[in-house]
Amino acid sequence: MKRTGIAPESHLQANTFRRKLIDQFIRFGFLCSGLLVTAILLLIFGFLISKSWPALIEIGPMEFLTGQRWMPSSPRGAGYGALPMILSSIVVTVAALIIAVPWGVGAAIFINEIAPTKLKELLKPFIEMLAIFPSVVLGFFGLVALGPFIANLFGLSSGLNGLTGAIVLAVMSLPTIVSISEDALNSVPNAYREASYGLGANRWETIARVSLPSASSGIIAGVMLGFGRAVGETMAILMAAGNALNMPITEILGMPVPTLMKSVRTLTANIAIEGSDVAWGSLHYHSLFVLALILFVITFAVNLVADIMHNRFHKLNRAR
Amino acid sequence: MLKLEKDILTDKPEVDPAEGRDHVLAQEFSVFYGDSEAVARVSFGIPARLVTAIIGPSGCGKSTFLRAINRMNDLIPHCHVTGGLVFDGKNIYSKQIDVVALRRRIGMVFQNPNPFPKSVFDNVAYGPRLAGIRRKSRLSEIVEQSLTRAALWDEVKDRLGQNALGLSGGQQQRLCIARALAVEPEILLMDEPTSALDPQSTARIEDLIGELRGDYTIIIVTHNMQQAARVSDMTAFLYEGRLIEFGSTKKLFTKPEEKRTEDYITGRFG
Repeated sequence: MKRTGIAPESHLQANTFRRKLIDQFIRFGFLCSGLLVTAILLLIFGFLISKSWPALIEIGPMEFLTGQRWMPSSPRGAGYGALPMILSSIVVTVAALIIAVPWGVGAAIFINEIAPTKLKELLKPFIEMLAIFPSVVLGFFGLVALGPFIANLFGLSSGLNGLTGAIVLAVMSLPTIVSISEDALNSVPNAYREASYGLGANRWETIARVSLPSASSGIIAGVMLGFGRAVGETMAILMAAGNALNMPITEILGMPVPTLMKSVRTLTANIAIEGSDVAWGSLHYHSLFVLALILFVITFAVNLVADIMHNRFHKLNRAR
Repeated sequence: MLKLEKDILTDKPEVDPAEGRDHVLAQEFSVFYGDSEAVARVSFGIPARLVTAIIGPSGCGKSTFLRAINRMNDLIPHCHVTGGLVFDGKNIYSKQIDVVALRRRIGMVFQNPNPFPKSVFDNVAYGPRLAGIRRKSRLSEIVEQSLTRAALWDEVKDRLGQNALGLSGGQQQRLCIARALAVEPEILLMDEPTSALDPQSTARIEDLIGELRGDYTIIIVTHNMQQAARVSDMTAFLYEGRLIEFGSTKKLFTKPEEKRTEDYITGRFG
């Protein structure tokens, strides 16, 4: 009789012990996956620094950042100026976003706020399908279709320039921006819209004053991902933008102004082209890692700024 | 339960619906969702500047009727109406009606407090800004007036710049009332305005309804019969989309004419 009284209790204890063990195990698993992601990011960063170090020491960072002559294997005085590529990457990406953000956010607004349900269900997967095109296909399209069109339009001898590259990049980042912005708009509670209509707002006022501001953090996230896609893209931009080492700068009335009318080569395109046949361990090899490091710093800085902007924006809106 | 209602009702003056003018008049008014008739040929007049409660069990069409008055049902696909709903001499559903102007004259407070994720000030100033008021001093004036009317000014006057979502649920609902008052409506529609609130906040909102009575025509949908008895002058009882009984609150709760009304208010069903 005594035993029957004790048995359920010990059974309970055994169970708790097992549960605690499982609990600890699962916790450890999540900890590992979290740490691993951070570790890999740090490892890549460390690898970039250590591989680019010899070039940074021998040539100096200023030559990379301000020099305009990129001829790492020229027998008559090598040049390591990466400025044309840095500016090309920035100008083309910014131009792509100037095209893609209003277009993408506009499409998201149409899908979420305006389109009837049936059209909405049709459009969203359709736009997301744009993302499954391999970038080389879009690049090829830019090369054979969009390039000649742009050349005709502006009376240029070759249409493979910054503008063609920017349009191709814009189309590539569009699905990301549309999809994430649409999700953000979709998560805005309908009660906000009802309140706005109830106060005598029309559809446009409701979108501009309630839906968009409430979805802004999601939309910013979508734009950032789109930016990442655009600045990191290699194949399409290599094919569409002309692949010539030029400063994407022109002079208007003696003032340097960014231009999209020149053929350009971005940082990513240059790494892809020269990376395959560079002599391993050479200064050229190490200087390609410097380009990768610069690319990393650009994307990191932009993400950081977006994050700070986002936080500041939220702090202004936060309760208490 | 009926006994309790009587206690609440002892001081209530008998109101004759024929006395005041009808602010909103329903004539054989029906609302359909697709083929199903949510409100079925309802006819009654809602007197101006009094509080009218609409009661009835869940799904009886009371919220649908309320939302039809400022055409919030327009937002729902496949929703259409028949019959007449007259406000200011015109059918609310006639083609000449400007819905935006209509909603400025007929404000609404929803079941769950739904302030915008903006500052307290910007919430109240939302309607006036839509109406084109830009001057900061004029906006501040409207915001203070509206918050004072909604009995919230003293609690929030030092944190007008803070996010409205940081307020308590009851404060948020009073903010929504202030926001609706800021556009100076004639009619205030309240869709179960206290069902998401605790008893104390509920009492404050009910007091507020009492203070607003006389200046605004208030139509309140509630599933709480004691609340209807406490705050309203007139009560309409809806059941399965039909108007079963409409009359002064005192009469409806003490001497209902219909058997179904009596069954409902005594808690025999619903």
